[in-house]
Amino acid sequence: MNESPASSSETPMVRFERVSKRYGALTVLDQLDLDVASGEKVAIIGPSGSGKTTVLRVLMALERIDDGVIHIDGEPLTHMPQGDGLVPADARHLRKMRSHIGMVFQHFNLFPHMSAVQNCMEAPMSVLGLGKEEAHTRAAELLTMVGLADKLDHHPAQLSGGQQQRVAIARALAMRPRVMLFDEVTSALDPELCGEVLNVIRELGSAHQLTMLMVTHQMGFAREFADRVCFFDAGRIAEQGSPEELFGNPQHERTQQFLRAVMEAI
Amino acid sequence: MNAHWDWNYVHEILPILGEAALITLQATLLGFALALVIGLVLAVCRMAANPLVRHAAAAVVEFIRSTPLLIQIFFLYYGLPEFGLALDAMLAGLIAIGLHYGAYCAEVYRAGIDNVPRGQWEAAAALNLPPQATFRRIILPQAIPPIVPALGNYLVALFKETPLLSAIGVLELMQTAKILGSESFQYTEPITLVGLYFLVFSLLASALIRLLERRLGVRAAPRS
Repeated sequence: MNESPASSSETPMVRFERVSKRYGALTVLDQLDLDVASGEKVAIIGPSGSGKTTVLRVLMALERIDDGVIHIDGEPLTHMPQGDGLVPADARHLRKMRSHIGMVFQHFNLFPHMSAVQNCMEAPMSVLGLGKEEAHTRAAELLTMVGLADKLDHHPAQLSGGQQQRVAIARALAMRPRVMLFDEVTSALDPELCGEVLNVIRELGSAHQLTMLMVTHQMGFAREFADRVCFFDAGRIAEQGSPEELFGNPQHERTQQFLRAVMEAI
Repeated sequence: MNAHWDWNYVHEILPILGEAALITLQATLLGFALALVIGLVLAVCRMAANPLVRHAAAAVVEFIRSTPLLIQIFFLYYGLPEFGLALDAMLAGLIAIGLHYGAYCAEVYRAGIDNVPRGQWEAAAALNLPPQATFRRIILPQAIPPIVPALGNYLVALFKETPLLSAIGVLELMQTAKILGSESFQYTEPITLVGLYFLVFSLLASALIRLLERRLGVRAAPRS
């Protein structure tokens, strides 16, 4: 049968297929199925311990999954083809697949011994093989884009939390990922510094065809920014839909409880 | 025998001891350089993914630390020829010192590496840095500054143990002093001078380490 021309664009950028992750007796992801289309912005919300952050961590291959398969643009991330079937991926395959993905962490995790611009040059030079000048030019462009043109040579300790997180975003973008993961990127920030980080993400979303997954507690931002919101509970997606549906008319009892609790906290 | 301090004799032996001091210094610096390399290799092996490598490295460290340096020196110098490997005294001594202090340095490195936050490894992995680059560019530059004082202490300790090399006839300070004493039957002056020499250099080394510490501290202190 001929493949229809539309089918390649229908290949999801990210696909979780019955993915499970356990820590001992604790199941954090329970046969999770999740498709994210290319360019889609997905917000992941839910109570703590529901597996939200684990979704990002296994996608970045920081942790191994116990069951199921994750695909990036149709290629298995956690496995590789061998003979007729799939076998668990080796380090080389993981590194190849990881190159499609960038991640921004809750606690920034900038390299403290390097300046902002060096933070953004290190991986492009040692992984992509860029020359020093080219890496510097690109790093400077990205730092300018996140509003830190005047902080290139500052070390992380000399920057505010919001500025550090913006450097971290620039650092991840320097590797030209197709999928960006944001793990509670404003949770460690003082409230008045969240805006500058969210603005950067907002601009990224409108200017680029990046696929984005974000775990967030900022319901307002999720509502405004995301194409789709997934509510996680006990390692599964309990409910998902457009922000209007999920925030406006949640169907699941757990979603209603969670949203009520979050709104009360504000 | 003369119980008084003989300045003429001091003047006579000072240049001879000075030459021996160079040997001591050489043994110290080369031995420590070797210890730093061996220590790093052992520390990395102790973190290896392969459990066989990990356990072997741990066993080596434990074994070396649980036996006296003097015996290790003797074994390398007198024992190895039995297996067809005869080493020059200085070389055997250097290897023994390098291995012995390498085992101690390995534990220090390990503490330094363990202290680097997990997030640094994860950030490096997320940026797809290969293991070697992660280690060399991200982890070690953060792990080493805080352990400089501990490594420096081992440098001074190693320096003070170099007289053990006299046991296999290396012509360092102690051995030279012993020879001088046995020739003149005046031990007080050479042994006192050797002690002073060690005192001065230990104090000097400690001061240098503090200086280095302060300079590194400025760069390494802030941590996000």
